[in-house]
Amino acid sequence: MSILTLKGVSQQFGGLRAVDDVDLAVEPGEIVGLIGPNGAGKTTLVNLVTGVYKPTSGSIEFDGQRIDGLKPYQISRLGVARTYQVVQPFPEMTVLENVMAPATFAAGAKSVAEARDEAMSAIEFLGLAPQKDVLAAELTLAGRKRLELAKSLAMKPKVLLLDEVNAGLNPAEIDVALEMIRAIAARGVTIILIEHLMKVVMNLCSRIVVLHHGAKIAEGLPLEITRDERVIKAYLGNRYAEANPGGKANG
Amino acid sequence: MTVRPIYVLAALLLVAFLPLVGDNYVLRLGTMFAMYAVLAQSWNIIGGYAGYPSFATAAFFGLGAYAGAILQGNGLPMPLAWLAAGIVAGLFAALMGAAILHLKGHYFAIASLVLAEVLLEVTTSWTSLTGGGMGLNLPVIRMSVEAQAQLFFWAMLGLAVLTFLMSWYVSSSRIGFALRCIRQNEDASSMVGVNTTFYKVVAFVLSALFVGSAGALYASWVFYIEPPDVYSVLTSVKPIVMVMLGGAGTVAGPVIGAAAFLVMEEVVWRNFLSIHSAVLGLLIVALIFFLPNGVLGFIRKRKRTGADHSKETAA
Repeated sequence: MSILTLKGVSQQFGGLRAVDDVDLAVEPGEIVGLIGPNGAGKTTLVNLVTGVYKPTSGSIEFDGQRIDGLKPYQISRLGVARTYQVVQPFPEMTVLENVMAPATFAAGAKSVAEARDEAMSAIEFLGLAPQKDVLAAELTLAGRKRLELAKSLAMKPKVLLLDEVNAGLNPAEIDVALEMIRAIAARGVTIILIEHLMKVVMNLCSRIVVLHHGAKIAEGLPLEITRDERVIKAYLGNRYAEANPGGKANG
Repeated sequence: MTVRPIYVLAALLLVAFLPLVGDNYVLRLGTMFAMYAVLAQSWNIIGGYAGYPSFATAAFFGLGAYAGAILQGNGLPMPLAWLAAGIVAGLFAALMGAAILHLKGHYFAIASLVLAEVLLEVTTSWTSLTGGGMGLNLPVIRMSVEAQAQLFFWAMLGLAVLTFLMSWYVSSSRIGFALRCIRQNEDASSMVGVNTTFYKVVAFVLSALFVGSAGALYASWVFYIEPPDVYSVLTSVKPIVMVMLGGAGTVAGPVIGAAAFLVMEEVVWRNFLSIHSAVLGLLIVALIFFLPNGVLGFIRKRKRTGADHSKETAA
């Protein structure tokens, strides 16, 4: 059974249809890539799933339960975590306190000690232990992205939506981030990955969904997607197709 | 070095021995200090921890004063009237908070400022219940002047201690953690599972309960209240200044700020009688300008730069 199911989901902002009749089924344990040009509606889709917006029409089911219309804090407690394109730390708190917040409120730790243990295990998993007492505002960008991951892990999510976690990182940092995402997936967390870097998408995803003008224009295995005429036209461009004949992806 | 809450509690309890050493003037100052401490600590919950710039203190204070006065006028014993006034103010805060706490920043500040204005108008026009602009007299207490001064001093100080314990509890509890998250990033808070609406309303109610009781206590203390007195906008502004002086979002800061403010107010009042509000205003501007994080923030910053310095020399 799918862990996350979107049926005919649309979101209208005034005259703009940001998300247009999207169907999507995500199976447990998958890493699904969500790609598309800027303004295609990827982040809006994340906002719909996490309860920031209530869809204009359509339904969203998580783990067999309707979640459209629930508040963000309720959805997060069910086990849907996200990271933001622009990192959102609590700047005046230490790394440890930042990660204790989701452990306390979303994962429902019963005591401060329990929250601290949960937070520490997420922090150690992501290799942030040396910086645990540093204020979040003093971390580097790569560090803050890692903090976002630690925060979402501490929520003990079943589904994790990663909204461009790699944007702004240098190639070496991206390789490290790739390993981390893989390690998180290995813990059984289902991941939906929004990404512009084809290298990352091709490396990680078992399935790719392409959005364009709010609508889903293609869905399939990474190799199929890179050969899809519509995807090439809308997003990848002819140069990508020519540089990767036969869809061989090295981005 | 930060000021440990336990020291502040000890200092508050030491103040309780004031009647042994001071005359009625000193007792009046002590009562004022305790009242200021209640107001400042209460504001600190919504303004300091949650970061919502509330100007509703005067609304809670005035509502409490009138609720207490009316209940006492109808024969309710004084302590029960104080308790009931706190509950009335708390309920009012719960209702109003649910309505205006989705506003942010300046919008919330203005909405909260209007609360006192509306209550002022209602109180002034509802003559049959409140006496309107004529004000309201409270039942006379059969006690010597000295005994009364001591009674109200201890009662107000007791209320300040209760408020302190509440603030201390909040700072180390889930509520305080949630409020600090909300202050720093409200959207991210709801993403990590914080029910922001619930915690904001809780903070608003906590910032009203003890202020309502303080209003009722004040009414009993001064025997006579009128709308412009208890709903004065200064009642909303002073606690903010005190918290800024002491250090927002800390347990000890508001108490230190309340004491510092009272001393300033009293000194300025004595020496510049005709222009005291102008001098006090200038002093406040200067302090906020040079101590943006309050006395506690200043101490902490000195400690931090000191630590950095020693690290540098070590390296």
